[in-house]
Amino acid sequence: MLNIDSLQTGIVIDHIPAGESMRIYELLHLEQMDCCVAVIKNARSTKYGRKDIIKIEGNVKIDLDVLGFVDPNITVDFIENGKIIEKKTMTLPQYLRNVIKCKNPRCITTIEEEIDQVFQLCDPKARRYRCIYCEQEYSPRP
Amino acid sequence: MRSLIDPLDLSIKEINSILDLADDIAKDPKRYRHVCDGKKLATLFYEPSTRTRLSFEAAMLNMGGSVMGFATADSSSASKGESVADTIRVVSCYADICAMRHPKEGAPLRASLYSKIPVINAGDGGHQHPTQTLADLMTIRQKKGRLSHLTIGLCGDLKFGRTVHSLIKSLSRYEGISFVLISPEELRVPSYILEEVLKPKRISYKEVSNLELAMGELDLLYMTRVQKERFFNEADYVRLKDTYILTEDKLRNAKPDMYILHPLPRVNEISLEVDDDPRAAYFDQVQNGVYVRMALMMKLLGVEKPC
Repeated sequence: MLNIDSLQTGIVIDHIPAGESMRIYELLHLEQMDCCVAVIKNARSTKYGRKDIIKIEGNVKIDLDVLGFVDPNITVDFIENGKIIEKKTMTLPQYLRNVIKCKNPRCITTIEEEIDQVFQLCDPKARRYRCIYCEQEYSPRP
Repeated sequence: MRSLIDPLDLSIKEINSILDLADDIAKDPKRYRHVCDGKKLATLFYEPSTRTRLSFEAAMLNMGGSVMGFATADSSSASKGESVADTIRVVSCYADICAMRHPKEGAPLRASLYSKIPVINAGDGGHQHPTQTLADLMTIRQKKGRLSHLTIGLCGDLKFGRTVHSLIKSLSRYEGISFVLISPEELRVPSYILEEVLKPKRISYKEVSNLELAMGELDLLYMTRVQKERFFNEADYVRLKDTYILTEDKLRNAKPDMYILHPLPRVNEISLEVDDDPRAAYFDQVQNGVYVRMALMMKLLGVEKPC
């Protein structure tokens, strides 16, 4: 078993579906942070078989809302003095900014490259999002 | 800054207020000929249009204002690669209000986020066309005396027909509305209209493909053109363009007060003989379009009614 030191202060993003950690690394722009970040892939999980984990050291402020979009089962532990002070389960964010792209060829986002890609949650039960510009539903299929 | 991008940007109370003002303008347009003295309308039309652009321009000229703008993307800085956001920032320095038509869906919304002046969506791709909806609502209220308790048939291109999407969204807020959606399979209403507008409000609707079978139950028939410019594949357009052609013969089963609306332009989906039918209301829509655009611009500019 690979050992990663326990955090004294920081954030543990746990129960990430196996293979999704690098996507989350990019979505949270962790490459831009100068703190210590550990990405653990394919860790053993009694609940899911395998999972990924990300540990971020330090008192950092990150917008974690996007995690709810990636997978609602992801949990976030906030750690201080080596103890979990808050455990958070994720909910679907109302808006997604520059997380997914509109695939409607008639949408303004296809011709204006600098435009922010913004999607609004339209059906929380079905986890459906729509582009705010053209209202086309996001589909993960190519 | 208040803009009109989506028909639902206006509450029912605001729509009624605009329609009341438009009715008042229709009674005596000359009373309003100086209400916009000194105001300037910019018409930014990135896509060809006869009716809508001229209607906006006529509306502002009728109120004593002036107009400027462009009629195609080729004659604007868009041809040099300028973004909608930059164009509206510049136009905000010249004009008091702007009407924008764009082939890309969401372009007017994008503009409104950067604008210092009200932006009116004059049609964005196959998405929305809220001022046509105001003209439609004014005509329906004029002909039927109400906007509630109506069975409305929408026929033709319901997929790319932006006027259809805007009209369904608007009418779905009134009581007792039911829709008969008449189209070929390929041109049915987008799923978001069914899933997020009609179903949550439990509005009665049915999707059918035969116009004549549906005719007898309709209080209004809204015909649309199959729009060549929305197809990426010409063969699909050719196959579908003549699916519905309304003739006097097909109107035999229609109610005597079933008015026929069409956002125009028409190609051949309404036969010329129908123009003489007293139920043909599509040219009234054109006239009403000028009055509602006058009323809308007055509201967005905060212009008072003349004493």
